[in-house]
Amino acid sequence: MDLFFTYLQFTYEDLLTQAGEHALAVGVSLVLGTIVALTLGCLVYQREGSAKVAIGITGTILTVPSFALFGLLIPLLGLGWPPTIVALTLYAIFPILRNTVTGLRGVDTAIVDSAQGMGLSRRQRLFRIELPLAAPVIVAGIRVSALILIGIAAIAAGVGGPGLGEGFFSGLARIGSATALYLVLGALLAVMVLALLFDIGFLVLKRVVTSKGIRN
Amino acid sequence: MIRLENLTKTFKGQKDPAVEDLTMEIPEGEICVLVGPSGCGKTTTMRMINRLIEPDSGKIFLEDEDVTSVDSDQLRQRIGYVIQQIGLFPHMTIEDNIATVPRLLGWDKKKISDRTDELLEMVGMDPADYRPRYPKELSGGQRQRIGVARAMAADPSVMLMDEPFGAIDPITRSRLQNEFLRLQADIKKTIVFVTHDIEEAIKMGDRIAILRERSRIAQYDRPENILLAPADDFVANFVGSGASLKRLSLAKLSDIELIDWPTADLDTDPDQVREILQRSDRGWVLLLDDNRRPQRWVSSDDLEDDDEDLSRTGLRADSIAHPDTTLSAALADMLTSDKSSVIIVDESGAYEGVADLETITNATKAMRVEARADNGHDRDGLAETGTEESEESGGRLKKDDS
Repeated sequence: MDLFFTYLQFTYEDLLTQAGEHALAVGVSLVLGTIVALTLGCLVYQREGSAKVAIGITGTILTVPSFALFGLLIPLLGLGWPPTIVALTLYAIFPILRNTVTGLRGVDTAIVDSAQGMGLSRRQRLFRIELPLAAPVIVAGIRVSALILIGIAAIAAGVGGPGLGEGFFSGLARIGSATALYLVLGALLAVMVLALLFDIGFLVLKRVVTSKGIRN
Repeated sequence: MIRLENLTKTFKGQKDPAVEDLTMEIPEGEICVLVGPSGCGKTTTMRMINRLIEPDSGKIFLEDEDVTSVDSDQLRQRIGYVIQQIGLFPHMTIEDNIATVPRLLGWDKKKISDRTDELLEMVGMDPADYRPRYPKELSGGQRQRIGVARAMAADPSVMLMDEPFGAIDPITRSRLQNEFLRLQADIKKTIVFVTHDIEEAIKMGDRIAILRERSRIAQYDRPENILLAPADDFVANFVGSGASLKRLSLAKLSDIELIDWPTADLDTDPDQVREILQRSDRGWVLLLDDNRRPQRWVSSDDLEDDDEDLSRTGLRADSIAHPDTTLSAALADMLTSDKSSVIIVDESGAYEGVADLETITNATKAMRVEARADNGHDRDGLAETGTEESEESGGRLKKDDS
């Protein structure tokens, strides 16, 4: 154990850089995925058929093994950041889309009816009433996506992408050597800390977007 | 004023229209209650007025303006809308809820803020206390008040209310109804009020439209006429067996002719009281104090002893009522009083007259005669109602044959 901490002392700068990249890749993909999923969700939630198709397709993407998806993207986007961001964005969509549709559908019809009866337009109803009321559910979806992406992003190193995956891959490559285990453990520790930080971030975000009037 | 002309609506996937060729006019400043069994199309009718449901054919007029094809969002901003579930926006404060329509209309902040305070006071809620609160922090009755305040925010001349007091406990409901009627006496909006409860219709309506299936008008009249002279069996059934009793809750003691009972002062000599009794055929004298407040009922039996103290003999004059007491309340008092009558007094408590069971019976007879006369007159005036009815019975016959 002491040896592991000594090891960390020598390598923490690399770990921090990798963790930063990891967080950046997850963050950017999450933002892109949220934009896509929210837009898609707002377009389809009132139409049963379209919603099923959209949720079905994005759900299927989530079942594609990440190694395979990264591999498929290499011929199109090369190595490094581009395939990483695209793949992570694709994985992010499903949980957010599903929660967006669930959240928007969960808004009490009487509230929407009274809003319409008062003369709020379709757009005003969506932005002033439905989205704010669905916000806690949508944020919960983004949080799930974030946790999934933090895990999947580690695989990005396989296509020369950024992040903490580097530690896992190098560790696996030199199994048997003295530092192999430490490499993996260091990266794992960093991933866990990152996941914790994201989670805290989402707790704060959820509180910010949830009106006092609908908090429990 | 609201005028509906030949409105028809058939929902997708349904053979029969929900509303068929409905024509009616709701006069300025009145509450018109649409009442009927569930599924009769009353809510659909109401929702066509602010075009939450677009009619298939027919026209809607608001203050003589054809609004059948104007921008529906802008139309709705001109019409107050209250629903049973209230539909307050839970994520907004009471202030923001009330300010919704004024903000859509682009009022300036000061005006909105003043109006919010005014409305909160109007519904009896302290602005400083309630403005920053959220709907979940209010009771059901308070939410309903806010719902009404929000609907009136931009001072619409027309309001639509769909069972607004339906989900509230009976005691609070009755209080809210009374409050709303008092409010309406001041603001005089043109209101379309939907309910399935005939009692509520009678209480709230200046006019009641009793609807049968496909929103066809069975009778459109003042509540008292509907109670006393139902147009047909459908209306009579719907109004129910207690119609005459219900009618009594619409009339007040001040509306009927009271009995001028023989009276005497408390300090009158018993001999004089006997004389008064002999001259009248009533059998009892009502004794009044110096301020003409009723004190005791005295009959000749009570006066057998010469030295009788008049202030202690006979029956205590209980069952005192004011002129604005409803006949039904007065009747209830009579049934529990020793003399089967109520004594009517003015504000100061001074004697005005007496009403007994016979007074009430006579009054209801008179009302019935009046209602029948009115009804006949109305039917002559509304030829459309007549044709509609004959079509109705023709249709029924055909169905019976097949």
